[in-house]
Amino acid sequence: MGGWAIAVHGGAGVDPNLSPERQEEAKRLLTRCLEIGINALRFKSLSAVDVVEIVVRELESDPLFNSGRGSALTAKGTVEMEASIMDGPKRRCGAVSGVSTVKNPISLARLVMDKSPHSYLAFGGAEEFARQQGVEVVENEYFITEENLEMLKLAKQANAILFDYRIPTAVPSLETCSASAGATPLTDTPLQLMNGLPISVYAPETVGCVVVDSEGRCAGGTSTGGLMNKMSGRIGDSPLIGAGTYACNICSVSCTGEGEAIIRGTLARDVAAVMEYKGLKLQEAVDWVVNNRLDGGQAGMIAVSSEGEVAYGFNSNAMFRGCATEDGFMEVGIWESN
Amino acid sequence: MGWAIALHGGAGDIPFSLSSERKAPREEALRQCLNLGVEALKANGPALDVVELVGWLLELGVVAVGVVMSSAREGGGGNVTGQLRKVGTQVCDGAAVWLISSIQVRELENNRYFNAGTGSVLTSNGTVEMEACIMDGKTKKCGAVSGLSTVVNAISLARLVMDKTPHIYLAFDGAEVFAREQGVETVNAGHFITQENIERLKQAKEANRVQIDYTQPFPKESTTPNVDSQLGTVGCVAVDTQGNLATATSTGGLVNKMLGRIGDTPIIGAGTYANRLCAVSATGKGEAIMRATVARDVAALMEYKGLSLKDAAKYVIEECTPRGTAGLVAVSGSGEITMPFNTTGMFRACATEDGHSEIAIWTSD
Repeated sequence: MGGWAIAVHGGAGVDPNLSPERQEEAKRLLTRCLEIGINALRFKSLSAVDVVEIVVRELESDPLFNSGRGSALTAKGTVEMEASIMDGPKRRCGAVSGVSTVKNPISLARLVMDKSPHSYLAFGGAEEFARQQGVEVVENEYFITEENLEMLKLAKQANAILFDYRIPTAVPSLETCSASAGATPLTDTPLQLMNGLPISVYAPETVGCVVVDSEGRCAGGTSTGGLMNKMSGRIGDSPLIGAGTYACNICSVSCTGEGEAIIRGTLARDVAAVMEYKGLKLQEAVDWVVNNRLDGGQAGMIAVSSEGEVAYGFNSNAMFRGCATEDGFMEVGIWESN
Repeated sequence: MGWAIALHGGAGDIPFSLSSERKAPREEALRQCLNLGVEALKANGPALDVVELVGWLLELGVVAVGVVMSSAREGGGGNVTGQLRKVGTQVCDGAAVWLISSIQVRELENNRYFNAGTGSVLTSNGTVEMEACIMDGKTKKCGAVSGLSTVVNAISLARLVMDKTPHIYLAFDGAEVFAREQGVETVNAGHFITQENIERLKQAKEANRVQIDYTQPFPKESTTPNVDSQLGTVGCVAVDTQGNLATATSTGGLVNKMLGRIGDTPIIGAGTYANRLCAVSATGKGEAIMRATVARDVAALMEYKGLSLKDAAKYVIEECTPRGTAGLVAVSGSGEITMPFNTTGMFRACATEDGHSEIAIWTSD
């Protein structure tokens, strides 16, 4: 045992009819991010928390997943991003919510952890801190993509909270949109539901990364734009320590899926708690939490242990994920059996 | 077995030298809130409603404190009797009647008295940003709000988020907009800003430190303005006659905190948590409580390690958070209570069906 390990995710709950092209694109992105992390661990000896930050930055910068650029939109058509990062050894943490101009929310969360006396800053206060720290800021429009504008329209038509659904081309009508994406029309029943919506219009793509470095230090981070068509001011699980992100001496965890279920189940903390208090090993802990703490909600998670293990689990139909360990193992997947 | 209730008005460096004229109203306030909760539980009020009601009264500035110490305020104060009656009767008529008759409501009304948000402490900008959280142990449904500056009762708004939206947590402008949509009572932000807290902020800036509500001012001057607290973070936990648990916590946060700073109070698992085993409300230094996921850990130790409520809470307070940073109140489904703290003191009160009751500030013997 021992050695470094890394895992990334791009969201739990995936449209079963996602086009093969999109699937490949997602896998390529996950692979690229893993390689960035592997490179940092193998050749630059960066610490776990540094690796988490650079990998999540890469995921945020790519518009494919729901974080940073490509974030889901609020009901007002704006972007409100949130993120959290936690460094296992002393359980230091940093989080931000309601960020609308900062290019990389995960880095702002890191600065909250390192450069402020607090652990969590939000909205106006977070933006002000960003400027004090001189981080890169852009107009809110930078984060908004055509696809997501269309998605928002659909969501409003459906008048429902929507996890992010990637439609390749901008076509206004509900039926043609679904058809061109090769997705099952909304009228199809019976459907798998996620957060009250048919799975065909749901694909949450919160991103996250967990790392254990060669010193056995664990760290984790999660970043998202949240729910499509969410109320402005809504905070989900991603920035909440213990819910979407957690790290301590023995492991680190990043979760994705139905935010409210993750919060209620204090999912990330519970993985560590069952390891600590019940003596479960990493994969057992992940499985146990997924099976017992979700109370009907759907979610997934990635985790690493201080002993160099990596694990993931989800009770949704799929989760974009990738993992790699020092002994050369590497895997990227979407569905149950990849 | 049976019902039980515990509440707190914040943990911190509460000076032993607190004068009796400052102590008495606060103890009276705790007593008032405790009695309200007890009456409500005796009348079979559900735990969730009871913690909301008691939390509401704690937030309202603990009426007794106001009667003794406040000055009348101008405008927009709201109809205290009306509010009490409305909220009280949602739980049980008995509690409302008792409360209204036992306090000098007329006097308050005539003075258009208003002391709310418990004199929330101020951000570095001199503004108020309040947050709160409520959780129902039976269903694990929860609601949280942050960044409120005009809402009188943050806990009730948190409850509305829980009951009336598909979300759990709303903050800042979004929360304020929601509050108006729901028609909850709001006032000018200036109402929450008290002279004591302006002074406290000034001191904190001079010392360039962030304080929890009760920290002693750094022993520089002899003329220390009063730095003992108004009730700052407040919280209530209860188990009702059906064995259901609930918790609610509310706060203005840390003196001189950065704008937009969120503490442990609205974070499920940190400052607030309830399930079928126990209900917990924590207070102290938010960053420490958050990192140690205090409220969740008490429940987790009971669930995963089989510890008793008392042992679980003791462990979390003594081993998982640094000295001087945390306190909590907790009840279990079987009616036990525990109120440990690792600070100098914690304003607290509790009562159980078998007749035990307690109001305290420092360690009891």
